[in-house]
Amino acid sequence: MGVGIEVNGLNAWYGTNHTLLDISLHIPANEATALIGPSGCGKSTFVRCLNRMHETNPIAKVTGQVKVGGLDIYSDTSAVEVRRRIGMVFQRPNPFPTMSIYDNVASGLKLNGYRNRRVLDEVVERSLKHAALWDEVKDELKKKSGASLSGGQQQRLCIARALAVDPEVLLMDEPASALDPVSTAKIEDLIFQLKTQYTIVIVTHNMQQAARVAEKTGFFLNGKLIEFDSTHKIFTNPGDKRTEDYITGRFG
Amino acid sequence: MGGDAGRAGEGELMSGAAVSLRASALNRRWRWVANHMATWLAVGATLLVIAPLVAIFVDLVYKGAVSLNWNFFTKLPVPVGEKGGGMANAIVGSGVLLGLASAMGVPIGIAAGIYLSEYGRGTKLSILVRFTADVLNGVPSIVMGIAVYALIVAPMKGFSAFAGGVALGIMMIPTVARTTEEMLLMVPHSIREAALGLGVPNWRSMLSITLKTALPGVITGCMLAFARVAGETAPLLFTAFGNNFWSTALNQPIEALPLQIYVYALSPYDEWHRLAWAGSLVLIALIVLAVSLVRYVTTRGALKGAR
Repeated sequence: MGVGIEVNGLNAWYGTNHTLLDISLHIPANEATALIGPSGCGKSTFVRCLNRMHETNPIAKVTGQVKVGGLDIYSDTSAVEVRRRIGMVFQRPNPFPTMSIYDNVASGLKLNGYRNRRVLDEVVERSLKHAALWDEVKDELKKKSGASLSGGQQQRLCIARALAVDPEVLLMDEPASALDPVSTAKIEDLIFQLKTQYTIVIVTHNMQQAARVAEKTGFFLNGKLIEFDSTHKIFTNPGDKRTEDYITGRFG
Repeated sequence: MGGDAGRAGEGELMSGAAVSLRASALNRRWRWVANHMATWLAVGATLLVIAPLVAIFVDLVYKGAVSLNWNFFTKLPVPVGEKGGGMANAIVGSGVLLGLASAMGVPIGIAAGIYLSEYGRGTKLSILVRFTADVLNGVPSIVMGIAVYALIVAPMKGFSAFAGGVALGIMMIPTVARTTEEMLLMVPHSIREAALGLGVPNWRSMLSITLKTALPGVITGCMLAFARVAGETAPLLFTAFGNNFWSTALNQPIEALPLQIYVYALSPYDEWHRLAWAGSLVLIALIVLAVSLVRYVTTRGALKGAR
């Protein structure tokens, strides 16, 4: 089951560049939350702070508190542990090119030392079915490389890979921006089904997409969270002038 | 595919309003000439590169094959005048030396390459290591022989297979380290992020994902280094020294194919000259065989559509 995320006074820097300013919000469990805003507004940085991926950049720095299901991810645990509980899907599909489809999905478990074949078989099948990819690949699971699939299939493979380690939260950083409309629709269907079991945070440039999949939406601008409310409210009756300007296309 | 795109683009340009841009007959003729000139220039350059290689190989087969027989691979060298000697001890000796060299040069080289690309980026130490590797790569091999003589042969009071292996191993390190670094840097950042995002520890992601993705290139680097030191004579003169008898002991002098070829080629005897040719052919053939074998073993499990 998914868990909620509590963010208090989060600040982030890349070098001397202050990219997130004092962000506080509550992301509810088992719902999809969309983050919108113009390029460079800090929304990607924000999701990367939620699973400590920003730490892979040596010049990045963060202060503040992030609690995932009550666990303070910056003081109570390690970055590796956090990332096992919070899965991530990236903007561009990034399957491991040397691995088969099967091994791609099983990689999270295998690389952490699980070897039981029966359990792995089960997890791979369940994850691929969850990611709506099973029927397309089941005949060539171990023969085909993950990199040989189409872009949309690769992205669903990456979602299956993230689901295989049974995370509580799924972060998606513009998961459909490199895909065609048909593949995008499939990913959106998937988000609909997945949010019954996982908490989903999705960064998107596509406002229709946010309106379609998310219960809540946050609008970022210049590193600040301008407005965070129900998606319906944000898109029909935004409380801030800047939000209104953005969603009506007056800038950004 | 590229050609189709180019033609389509040209068509668009011509059908567009810019009538003056339409290629005249002269223009088209010039394009045809320029195109063919470029193609033949490339073909010519390729032939120029391949020609010496083919010439050497044909010459080797021509001069060496006649002296090749079963005895060559099974018998020890015999004194001048006697018939039927072989280079069995040199073939095995080269195997021992190259085994030692690879056991030392490959792991150290790969570890250094990993450090350069993954951990030491931008640090003073990595700049020093990279610079040292490049200098080491340019050190004449005879100097390497003298250095190892001073470091190992002199203190141990004797030439040895071990000293020869160390000399060749040190020569492998810079090539292996620098190619490993280059190959690791070519692995896309997104692949590393994918592994870290799954909660895989850094070291595990490094070995099982990044290094594995770069492996074909890393192996090419190792094979290049291997093939290069397999033909080295100079560093062995002061270290492995050579041995006319059977020996696989690591603390005794050992024979090697390049050393044997060197001695035979410099001798005044026709019979030995013929054996030197045969030895050269065998040396090249064994290198090709070893490299092909490693390639085959490491690419056997390749997947459909793997990059």
